Amino acid sequence: MSNLVYARDVPAEAPWSHIIRRGQTLRIIDSEGQQAVDALLYCVENPAERYSAQDTLRMQRSAYVGLGTALVSNNGRVMARITADSCGQHDTSAGCCSCESNAVRFGEQTRYQHACRENFILELSRDGLTKRDIVANLNFFMNVPIDPSGNFTVVDGISAAGNYVDVTAEMDVLFVISNCPQVNNPCNGFNPTPIRVEISDPPRA
Amino acid sequence: MATKEEMEANRRRYEELRAAGQGATLKGLPALTARDGAPLVADTIISREQVPPGWYATVRLRRSEALRIVDEQGAASVALVGWREEDTSERINCADTVKVQWSAAIAKGRVILTDMGRVLVSVIEDTSGAHDLLAGGSNAGSTAAAYGAATRNTHDNFLAAAAKIGLSLRDIPPCVTFFAPVSVDAGGQFVWTAERKHAGDFVDLRAEMNLVLVASNCPHPLDPARPPSAGTVTLIRHRAAAPGADDPCRTASPEAARAFTFTDRLYA
Repeated sequence: MSNLVYARDVPAEAPWSHIIRRGQTLRIIDSEGQQAVDALLYCVENPAERYSAQDTLRMQRSAYVGLGTALVSNNGRVMARITADSCGQHDTSAGCCSCESNAVRFGEQTRYQHACRENFILELSRDGLTKRDIVANLNFFMNVPIDPSGNFTVVDGISAAGNYVDVTAEMDVLFVISNCPQVNNPCNGFNPTPIRVEISDPPRA
Repeated sequence: MATKEEMEANRRRYEELRAAGQGATLKGLPALTARDGAPLVADTIISREQVPPGWYATVRLRRSEALRIVDEQGAASVALVGWREEDTSERINCADTVKVQWSAAIAKGRVILTDMGRVLVSVIEDTSGAHDLLAGGSNAGSTAAAYGAATRNTHDNFLAAAAKIGLSLRDIPPCVTFFAPVSVDAGGQFVWTAERKHAGDFVDLRAEMNLVLVASNCPHPLDPARPPSAGTVTLIRHRAAAPGADDPCRTASPEAARAFTFTDRLYA
Protein backbone atom coordinates (compact mmCIF):
# COMPACT_ATOMS: atom_id res chain seq x y z
CA MET A 1 0.00 0.00 0.00
CA SER A 2 2.16 2.79 -1.28
CA ASN A 3 0.44 6.08 -2.16
CA LEU A 4 -1.50 6.10 1.10
CA VAL A 5 -3.61 9.25 1.21
CA TYR A 6 -5.87 8.63 4.22
CA ALA A 7 -5.92 6.38 7.25
CA ARG A 8 -8.28 6.25 10.19
CA ASP A 9 -9.17 3.93 13.04
CA VAL A 10 -12.94 3.49 13.30
CA PRO A 11 -13.98 2.82 16.90
CA ALA A 12 -16.12 -0.15 17.82
CA GLU A 13 -19.82 0.41 17.04
CA ALA A 14 -19.17 3.61 15.04
CA PRO A 15 -20.04 4.68 11.47
CA TRP A 16 -17.65 6.10 8.88
CA SER A 17 -17.92 7.34 5.31
CA HIS A 18 -15.64 8.79 2.66
CA ILE A 19 -15.60 9.30 -1.09
CA ILE A 20 -13.40 6.79 -2.90
CA ARG A 21 -12.38 8.14 -6.30
CA ARG A 22 -12.24 5.98 -9.39
CA GLY A 23 -8.95 4.07 -9.26
CA GLN A 24 -8.42 4.54 -5.53
CA THR A 25 -8.40 1.53 -3.21
CA LEU A 26 -10.03 1.32 0.19
CA ARG A 27 -8.42 -1.20 2.54
CA ILE A 28 -10.59 -2.31 5.47
CA ILE A 29 -8.59 -3.96 8.23
CA ASP A 30 -10.18 -6.15 10.90
CA SER A 31 -7.78 -4.86 13.52
CA GLU A 32 -8.55 -7.31 16.31
CA GLY A 33 -10.34 -10.11 14.38
CA GLN A 34 -13.93 -11.45 14.13
CA GLN A 35 -15.44 -8.04 13.45
CA ALA A 36 -18.23 -7.62 10.89
CA VAL A 37 -18.07 -4.45 8.79
CA ASP A 38 -21.36 -3.45 7.15
CA ALA A 39 -20.88 -1.42 3.98
CA LEU A 40 -22.92 0.44 1.34
CA LEU A 41 -21.75 2.19 -1.84
CA TYR A 42 -23.44 5.07 -3.66
CA CYS A 43 -22.56 6.57 -7.03
CA VAL A 44 -21.36 10.11 -6.29
CA GLU A 45 -22.74 11.44 -9.56
CA ASN A 46 -26.24 10.04 -8.91
CA PRO A 47 -26.78 8.48 -5.47
CA ALA A 48 -30.02 6.81 -6.64
CA GLU A 49 -27.59 4.38 -8.24
CA ARG A 50 -26.19 2.31 -5.40
CA TYR A 51 -24.76 -1.07 -4.48
CA SER A 52 -27.07 -3.99 -5.20
CA ALA A 53 -26.42 -7.25 -3.38
CA GLN A 54 -28.73 -9.25 -5.66
CA ASP A 55 -27.21 -7.91 -8.89
CA THR A 56 -23.74 -8.58 -7.50
CA LEU A 57 -24.54 -12.20 -6.68
CA ARG A 58 -26.50 -12.84 -9.86
CA MET A 59 -23.64 -11.51 -12.03
CA GLN A 60 -21.12 -13.89 -10.44
CA ARG A 61 -23.69 -16.70 -10.05
CA SER A 62 -22.57 -17.49 -6.54
CA ALA A 63 -23.65 -16.58 -3.04
CA TYR A 64 -20.57 -15.15 -1.32
CA VAL A 65 -18.28 -12.17 -1.79
CA GLY A 66 -14.55 -12.70 -2.20
CA LEU A 67 -11.46 -11.87 -4.20
CA GLY A 68 -12.49 -10.77 -7.70
CA THR A 69 -16.13 -10.08 -6.87
CA ALA A 70 -17.43 -7.13 -8.90
CA LEU A 71 -19.65 -4.92 -6.73
CA VAL A 72 -22.56 -4.14 -9.04
CA SER A 73 -25.06 -1.28 -8.84
CA ASN A 74 -28.85 -1.39 -9.07
CA ASN A 75 -28.38 -0.23 -12.68
CA GLY A 76 -26.12 -3.17 -13.46
CA ARG A 77 -22.84 -1.25 -13.56
CA VAL A 78 -19.63 -2.29 -11.81
CA MET A 79 -18.96 0.19 -9.01
CA ALA A 80 -15.86 -1.46 -7.53
CA ARG A 81 -14.01 -4.76 -7.29
CA ILE A 82 -12.51 -6.80 -4.48
CA THR A 83 -8.82 -6.67 -5.39
CA ALA A 84 -7.30 -8.29 -2.30
CA ASP A 85 -8.71 -10.41 0.48
CA SER A 86 -6.75 -12.06 3.27
CA CYS A 87 -9.90 -13.39 4.99
CA GLY A 88 -11.88 -15.21 2.30
CA GLN A 89 -15.38 -15.11 3.77
CA HIS A 90 -17.79 -12.20 3.32
CA ASP A 91 -21.58 -12.00 3.17
CA THR A 92 -24.03 -9.81 1.28
CA SER A 93 -27.36 -11.57 1.90
CA ALA A 94 -27.94 -11.00 5.62
CA GLY A 95 -28.39 -7.23 5.56
CA CYS A 96 -27.62 -5.04 8.52
CA CYS A 97 -28.91 -5.26 12.07
CA SER A 98 -31.58 -2.84 13.19
CA CYS A 99 -33.34 -2.19 16.47
CA GLU A 100 -36.50 -3.53 14.86
CA SER A 101 -35.06 -6.77 13.47
CA ASN A 102 -33.15 -7.38 16.70
CA ALA A 103 -36.44 -7.23 18.61
CA VAL A 104 -37.89 -9.86 16.27
CA ARG A 105 -34.83 -12.12 16.28
CA PHE A 106 -33.69 -11.95 19.87
CA GLY A 107 -36.64 -10.61 21.85
CA GLU A 108 -38.02 -7.24 22.73
CA GLN A 109 -35.37 -6.64 25.40
CA THR A 110 -32.83 -6.08 22.58
CA ARG A 111 -34.78 -3.24 20.93
CA TYR A 112 -32.86 -0.53 22.75
CA GLN A 113 -29.39 -1.60 21.65
CA HIS A 114 -27.30 0.31 19.14
CA ALA A 115 -27.52 -1.18 15.63
CA CYS A 116 -26.02 -0.79 12.17
CA ARG A 117 -29.10 0.84 10.71
CA GLU A 118 -28.86 3.62 13.32
CA ASN A 119 -25.27 4.15 12.16
CA PHE A 120 -26.26 4.14 8.49
CA ILE A 121 -29.14 6.60 9.00
CA LEU A 122 -26.93 9.07 10.85
CA GLU A 123 -23.99 8.78 8.46
CA LEU A 124 -26.15 8.98 5.31
CA SER A 125 -27.92 12.07 6.65
CA ARG A 126 -24.67 14.01 6.11
CA ASP A 127 -25.20 13.52 2.38
CA GLY A 128 -28.95 14.11 2.27
CA LEU A 129 -29.79 10.41 2.12
CA THR A 130 -32.36 8.66 4.33
CA LYS A 131 -33.64 5.26 5.41
CA ARG A 132 -35.14 4.94 1.92
CA ASP A 133 -31.61 4.74 0.57
CA ILE A 134 -30.51 1.83 2.76
CA VAL A 135 -30.48 -1.42 0.82
CA ALA A 136 -29.03 -4.87 1.44
CA ASN A 137 -25.40 -4.22 2.27
CA LEU A 138 -22.04 -5.94 2.23
CA ASN A 139 -20.92 -7.62 5.44
CA PHE A 140 -17.16 -7.87 5.28
CA PHE A 141 -15.60 -10.51 7.57
CA MET A 142 -19.07 -11.91 8.35
CA ASN A 143 -19.49 -15.66 7.96
CA VAL A 144 -23.01 -16.64 6.82
CA PRO A 145 -23.07 -20.07 5.19
CA ILE A 146 -26.18 -20.99 3.18
CA ASP A 147 -26.62 -24.75 2.81
CA PRO A 148 -28.33 -26.52 -0.12
CA SER A 149 -31.59 -26.82 1.85
CA GLY A 150 -31.59 -23.07 2.43
CA ASN A 151 -30.47 -23.04 6.06
CA PHE A 152 -29.01 -19.61 6.63
CA THR A 153 -26.85 -19.04 9.70
CA VAL A 154 -24.56 -16.36 11.05
CA VAL A 155 -21.67 -18.36 12.50
CA ASP A 156 -18.32 -17.50 14.08
CA GLY A 157 -16.23 -15.21 11.90
CA ILE A 158 -12.99 -16.65 10.56
CA SER A 159 -11.11 -13.37 10.22
CA ALA A 160 -7.98 -13.05 12.32
CA ALA A 161 -6.51 -9.85 13.72
CA GLY A 162 -5.06 -7.88 10.81
CA ASN A 163 -7.04 -9.57 8.05
CA TYR A 164 -7.99 -7.08 5.36
CA VAL A 165 -10.01 -6.65 2.21
CA ASP A 166 -9.21 -4.18 -0.61
CA VAL A 167 -11.99 -2.53 -2.60
CA THR A 168 -10.88 -0.69 -5.76
CA ALA A 169 -13.38 1.84 -7.11
CA GLU A 170 -14.34 1.83 -10.79
CA MET A 171 -16.43 4.98 -10.41
CA ASP A 172 -16.44 7.72 -7.78
CA VAL A 173 -18.35 6.22 -4.87
CA LEU A 174 -19.53 7.33 -1.46
CA PHE A 175 -18.45 4.41 0.74
CA VAL A 176 -20.39 4.11 3.99
CA ILE A 177 -19.46 1.77 6.83
CA SER A 178 -21.10 0.71 10.06
CA ASN A 179 -18.62 -1.01 12.34
CA CYS A 180 -21.21 -3.50 13.54
CA PRO A 181 -22.36 -3.19 17.19
CA GLN A 182 -24.29 -6.50 17.24
CA VAL A 183 -23.79 -8.48 20.47
CA ASN A 184 -26.60 -11.03 20.02
CA ASN A 185 -24.95 -13.28 17.44
CA PRO A 186 -21.41 -14.45 16.67
CA CYS A 187 -20.68 -11.96 13.85
CA ASN A 188 -18.49 -9.91 16.17
CA GLY A 189 -17.47 -12.67 18.54
CA PHE A 190 -20.09 -11.15 20.90
CA ASN A 191 -17.62 -8.29 21.48
CA PRO A 192 -17.45 -5.42 18.93
CA THR A 193 -13.94 -4.07 18.29
CA PRO A 194 -12.28 -1.25 16.26
CA ILE A 195 -11.33 -1.48 12.59
CA ARG A 196 -8.96 0.56 10.44
CA VAL A 197 -9.60 2.08 7.01
CA GLU A 198 -6.89 3.19 4.57
CA ILE A 199 -7.31 4.86 1.17
CA SER A 200 -4.54 4.80 -1.40
CA ASP A 201 -4.11 6.27 -4.84
CA PRO A 202 -3.46 3.94 -7.76
CA PRO A 203 0.18 3.05 -8.36
CA ARG A 204 1.85 5.58 -10.67
CA ALA A 205 2.50 4.26 -14.15
CA MET B 1 -17.45 -3.54 26.60
CA ALA B 2 -19.28 -6.75 27.36
CA THR B 3 -18.22 -8.88 30.31
CA LYS B 4 -17.23 -12.47 29.73
CA GLU B 5 -20.43 -13.59 31.44
CA GLU B 6 -22.58 -11.39 29.16
CA MET B 7 -20.80 -12.69 26.07
CA GLU B 8 -21.30 -16.29 27.15
CA ALA B 9 -24.96 -15.68 27.97
CA ASN B 10 -25.52 -14.11 24.55
CA ARG B 11 -23.83 -17.04 22.82
CA ARG B 12 -25.97 -19.54 24.75
CA ARG B 13 -29.15 -17.69 23.78
CA TYR B 14 -28.06 -17.54 20.13
CA GLU B 15 -27.39 -21.28 20.02
CA GLU B 16 -30.81 -21.98 21.59
CA LEU B 17 -32.54 -19.76 19.02
CA ARG B 18 -30.61 -21.41 16.21
CA ALA B 19 -31.55 -24.91 17.38
CA ALA B 20 -35.19 -23.91 17.57
CA GLY B 21 -35.13 -22.12 14.22
CA GLN B 22 -33.45 -24.80 12.14
CA GLY B 23 -34.26 -28.07 13.79
CA ALA B 24 -36.71 -28.59 16.56
CA THR B 25 -39.13 -25.82 15.63
CA LEU B 26 -42.16 -26.14 17.83
CA LYS B 27 -44.46 -26.92 14.91
CA GLY B 28 -42.47 -27.39 11.73
CA LEU B 29 -43.76 -26.05 8.43
CA PRO B 30 -47.06 -27.24 6.93
CA ALA B 31 -47.01 -29.49 3.86
CA LEU B 32 -47.16 -27.76 0.49
CA THR B 33 -50.60 -27.17 -1.01
CA ALA B 34 -51.77 -29.66 -3.65
CA ARG B 35 -52.02 -28.09 -7.12
CA ASP B 36 -55.74 -28.90 -7.15
CA GLY B 37 -56.12 -27.81 -3.52
CA ALA B 38 -57.25 -24.61 -1.79
CA PRO B 39 -59.95 -23.66 -4.32
CA LEU B 40 -61.15 -20.06 -4.07
CA VAL B 41 -64.81 -19.48 -3.29
CA ALA B 42 -66.30 -17.23 -5.97
CA ASP B 43 -67.71 -14.60 -3.64
CA THR B 44 -64.34 -14.05 -1.96
CA ILE B 45 -62.71 -12.97 -5.22
CA ILE B 46 -62.30 -9.20 -5.54
CA SER B 47 -60.52 -8.98 -8.88
CA ARG B 48 -58.56 -11.03 -11.36
CA GLU B 49 -55.87 -10.01 -13.82
CA GLN B 50 -53.70 -11.77 -16.39
CA VAL B 51 -50.15 -10.45 -16.78
CA PRO B 52 -48.56 -11.28 -20.13
CA PRO B 53 -44.92 -12.35 -20.36
CA GLY B 54 -42.55 -9.41 -19.85
CA TRP B 55 -45.12 -7.20 -18.11
CA TYR B 56 -46.00 -6.10 -14.62
CA ALA B 57 -49.01 -5.29 -12.49
CA THR B 58 -49.49 -3.17 -9.40
CA VAL B 59 -51.87 -4.51 -6.75
CA ARG B 60 -53.12 -2.77 -3.62
CA LEU B 61 -54.18 -5.08 -0.80
CA ARG B 62 -55.92 -4.23 2.45
CA ARG B 63 -54.78 -6.08 5.55
CA SER B 64 -56.35 -9.59 5.51
CA GLU B 65 -56.86 -9.65 1.76
CA ALA B 66 -54.67 -12.03 -0.21
CA LEU B 67 -53.09 -12.26 -3.62
CA ARG B 68 -53.01 -15.58 -5.45
CA ILE B 69 -50.22 -15.69 -8.04
CA VAL B 70 -50.57 -18.52 -10.57
CA ASP B 71 -47.83 -19.70 -12.95
CA GLU B 72 -50.27 -21.01 -15.56
CA GLN B 73 -47.88 -22.92 -17.83
CA GLY B 74 -45.09 -23.55 -15.32
CA ALA B 75 -42.83 -21.35 -17.43
CA ALA B 76 -43.00 -18.03 -15.59
CA SER B 77 -41.24 -16.50 -12.62
CA VAL B 78 -42.75 -13.59 -10.73
CA ALA B 79 -40.50 -11.00 -9.10
CA LEU B 80 -42.24 -9.05 -6.38
CA VAL B 81 -41.59 -5.95 -4.27
CA GLY B 82 -43.97 -4.21 -1.89
CA TRP B 83 -44.39 -1.19 0.33
CA ARG B 84 -46.61 -0.32 3.28
CA GLU B 85 -49.26 1.90 1.85
CA GLU B 86 -49.29 4.52 4.63
CA ASP B 87 -45.49 4.92 4.72
CA THR B 88 -43.63 3.64 1.70
CA SER B 89 -40.26 3.98 3.44
CA GLU B 90 -41.32 0.69 5.03
CA ARG B 91 -40.94 -2.06 2.45
CA ILE B 92 -40.06 -5.66 1.74
CA ASN B 93 -36.73 -6.70 3.24
CA CYS B 94 -35.38 -9.97 1.88
CA ALA B 95 -32.31 -9.94 4.11
CA ASP B 96 -34.34 -9.71 7.31
CA THR B 97 -36.74 -12.30 5.91
CA VAL B 98 -34.00 -14.92 5.54
CA LYS B 99 -31.99 -14.19 8.65
CA VAL B 100 -34.95 -13.90 11.03
CA GLN B 101 -36.34 -17.25 9.80
CA TRP B 102 -32.88 -18.88 9.64
CA SER B 103 -33.62 -19.91 6.06
CA ALA B 104 -33.41 -18.68 2.47
CA ALA B 105 -36.00 -21.29 1.46
CA ILE B 106 -39.30 -19.49 1.71
CA ALA B 107 -42.37 -21.72 1.47
CA LYS B 108 -45.85 -22.22 2.87
CA GLY B 109 -45.88 -21.29 6.55
CA ARG B 110 -43.17 -18.64 6.20
CA VAL B 111 -43.57 -14.88 6.22
CA ILE B 112 -41.99 -12.04 4.27
CA LEU B 113 -40.89 -9.19 6.52
CA THR B 114 -40.53 -5.45 6.12
CA ASP B 115 -37.47 -3.54 7.25
CA MET B 116 -39.36 -2.52 10.42
CA GLY B 117 -39.63 -5.94 12.04
CA ARG B 118 -43.19 -6.41 10.82
CA VAL B 119 -44.86 -8.91 8.51
CA LEU B 120 -45.57 -7.70 4.98
CA VAL B 121 -47.26 -10.90 3.77
CA SER B 122 -47.73 -14.47 4.98
CA VAL B 123 -47.32 -17.38 2.58
CA ILE B 124 -50.60 -19.14 3.42
CA GLU B 125 -50.81 -21.43 0.38
CA ASP B 126 -47.95 -22.61 -1.81
CA THR B 127 -47.80 -25.54 -4.22
CA SER B 128 -44.20 -24.86 -5.22
CA GLY B 129 -41.82 -24.16 -2.34
CA ALA B 130 -39.24 -23.09 -4.94
CA HIS B 131 -38.71 -19.37 -4.60
CA ASP B 132 -35.67 -17.09 -4.62
CA LEU B 133 -34.70 -14.37 -2.17
CA LEU B 134 -31.01 -14.10 -3.05
CA ALA B 135 -30.36 -13.49 -6.76
CA GLY B 136 -32.94 -10.84 -7.71
CA GLY B 137 -34.54 -9.95 -11.03
CA SER B 138 -33.45 -9.42 -14.59
CA ASN B 139 -32.18 -6.16 -16.08
CA ALA B 140 -31.19 -4.95 -19.53
CA GLY B 141 -27.67 -6.32 -19.12
CA SER B 142 -28.74 -9.75 -17.93
CA THR B 143 -31.23 -10.20 -20.77
CA ALA B 144 -28.73 -8.99 -23.37
CA ALA B 145 -26.15 -11.44 -22.04
CA ALA B 146 -28.63 -14.32 -21.98
CA TYR B 147 -30.63 -13.79 -25.18
CA GLY B 148 -28.33 -11.70 -27.40
CA ALA B 149 -30.50 -8.60 -27.16
CA ALA B 150 -32.00 -6.68 -24.26
CA THR B 151 -35.64 -7.56 -23.62
CA ARG B 152 -38.34 -6.33 -21.27
CA ASN B 153 -37.00 -6.95 -17.78
CA THR B 154 -37.81 -6.75 -14.09
CA HIS B 155 -35.55 -3.75 -13.34
CA ASP B 156 -37.39 -1.61 -15.89
CA ASN B 157 -40.79 -3.00 -14.85
CA PHE B 158 -40.18 -2.08 -11.21
CA LEU B 159 -39.05 1.41 -12.25
CA ALA B 160 -42.15 1.98 -14.38
CA ALA B 161 -44.51 0.64 -11.73
CA ALA B 162 -42.83 2.67 -8.97
CA ALA B 163 -43.05 5.85 -11.04
CA LYS B 164 -46.80 5.44 -11.37
CA ILE B 165 -47.26 5.52 -7.60
CA GLY B 166 -44.88 8.42 -7.02
CA LEU B 167 -41.83 6.33 -6.17
CA SER B 168 -38.46 6.05 -7.90
CA LEU B 169 -35.27 4.00 -8.19
CA ARG B 170 -34.41 4.92 -4.57
CA ASP B 171 -37.51 3.10 -3.39
CA ILE B 172 -36.90 -0.22 -5.13
CA PRO B 173 -35.50 -2.79 -2.70
CA PRO B 174 -34.20 -6.31 -3.37
CA CYS B 175 -37.05 -8.56 -4.54
CA VAL B 176 -38.41 -12.02 -3.93
CA THR B 177 -39.05 -14.18 -7.01
CA PHE B 178 -41.74 -16.84 -6.92
CA PHE B 179 -41.47 -20.02 -9.01
CA ALA B 180 -37.69 -19.56 -9.22
CA PRO B 181 -36.00 -22.76 -7.97
CA VAL B 182 -32.63 -21.29 -6.96
CA SER B 183 -30.52 -22.98 -4.31
CA VAL B 184 -26.89 -22.72 -3.22
CA ASP B 185 -24.62 -25.74 -3.64
CA ALA B 186 -21.85 -26.79 -1.29
CA GLY B 187 -19.37 -24.67 -3.27
CA GLY B 188 -21.52 -21.55 -2.99
CA GLN B 189 -22.69 -21.62 -6.62
CA PHE B 190 -26.32 -20.93 -7.49
CA VAL B 191 -28.19 -23.94 -8.88
CA TRP B 192 -31.43 -23.84 -10.93
CA THR B 193 -33.62 -26.95 -10.59
CA ALA B 194 -36.05 -26.82 -13.53
CA GLU B 195 -37.86 -29.99 -12.38
CA ARG B 196 -39.28 -28.01 -9.46
CA LYS B 197 -41.47 -25.91 -11.81
CA HIS B 198 -44.98 -27.13 -12.68
CA ALA B 199 -47.90 -25.79 -14.68
CA GLY B 200 -50.51 -24.41 -12.32
CA ASP B 201 -48.18 -23.71 -9.41
CA PHE B 202 -49.56 -20.97 -7.17
CA VAL B 203 -48.92 -19.08 -3.96
CA ASP B 204 -51.36 -17.16 -1.77
CA LEU B 205 -49.86 -14.14 -0.03
CA ARG B 206 -51.98 -12.78 2.81
CA ALA B 207 -51.47 -9.06 3.41
CA GLU B 208 -50.64 -8.38 7.05
CA MET B 209 -50.72 -4.61 6.51
CA ASN B 210 -52.24 -2.31 3.91
CA LEU B 211 -49.77 -2.49 1.09
CA VAL B 212 -48.88 -1.94 -2.52
CA LEU B 213 -47.27 -4.81 -4.43
CA VAL B 214 -45.65 -4.83 -7.86
CA ALA B 215 -45.40 -8.18 -9.63
CA SER B 216 -43.09 -8.51 -12.65
CA ASN B 217 -43.62 -11.47 -14.98
CA CYS B 218 -40.13 -11.85 -16.47
CA PRO B 219 -37.90 -14.92 -16.68
CA HIS B 220 -35.57 -15.22 -13.70
CA PRO B 221 -32.02 -14.26 -14.73
CA LEU B 222 -30.70 -17.67 -13.63
CA ASP B 223 -33.34 -19.57 -15.63
CA PRO B 224 -31.27 -21.33 -18.31
CA ALA B 225 -34.23 -21.65 -20.71
CA ARG B 226 -33.25 -20.29 -24.15
CA PRO B 227 -35.09 -18.59 -25.73
CA PRO B 228 -36.49 -17.06 -22.58
CA SER B 229 -39.23 -19.01 -20.93
CA ALA B 230 -42.47 -17.11 -21.06
CA GLY B 231 -45.81 -17.85 -19.57
CA THR B 232 -48.94 -16.09 -18.45
CA VAL B 233 -49.35 -15.20 -14.81
CA THR B 234 -52.75 -14.82 -13.21
CA LEU B 235 -53.17 -12.53 -10.21
CA ILE B 236 -56.30 -13.01 -8.10
CA ARG B 237 -57.04 -10.57 -5.30
CA HIS B 238 -59.32 -12.21 -2.76
CA ARG B 239 -60.53 -12.06 0.82
CA ALA B 240 -58.60 -14.56 2.92
CA ALA B 241 -60.16 -16.42 5.81
CA ALA B 242 -59.39 -14.78 9.13
CA PRO B 243 -56.37 -16.46 10.74
CA GLY B 244 -57.24 -18.80 13.60
CA ALA B 245 -55.39 -19.14 16.88
CA ASP B 246 -53.35 -21.96 15.35
CA ASP B 247 -52.58 -20.14 12.08
CA PRO B 248 -49.40 -21.83 10.75
CA CYS B 249 -47.69 -18.56 9.79
CA ARG B 250 -48.51 -16.73 13.03
CA THR B 251 -47.30 -19.63 15.16
CA ALA B 252 -44.40 -20.98 13.09
CA SER B 253 -41.68 -19.78 15.47
CA PRO B 254 -41.08 -17.35 18.33
CA GLU B 255 -39.54 -14.97 15.78
CA ALA B 256 -42.65 -15.06 13.56
CA ALA B 257 -44.92 -14.63 16.59
CA ARG B 258 -43.01 -11.51 17.64
CA ALA B 259 -43.14 -10.07 14.10
CA PHE B 260 -46.93 -10.51 14.14
CA THR B 261 -47.16 -8.90 17.58
CA PHE B 262 -45.31 -5.86 16.27
CA THR B 263 -47.48 -5.78 13.12
CA ASP B 264 -50.72 -6.06 15.07
CA ARG B 265 -49.72 -2.98 17.09
CA LEU B 266 -50.07 -0.88 13.93
CA TYR B 267 -53.76 -1.73 13.92
CA ALA B 268 -54.49 -2.00 17.65
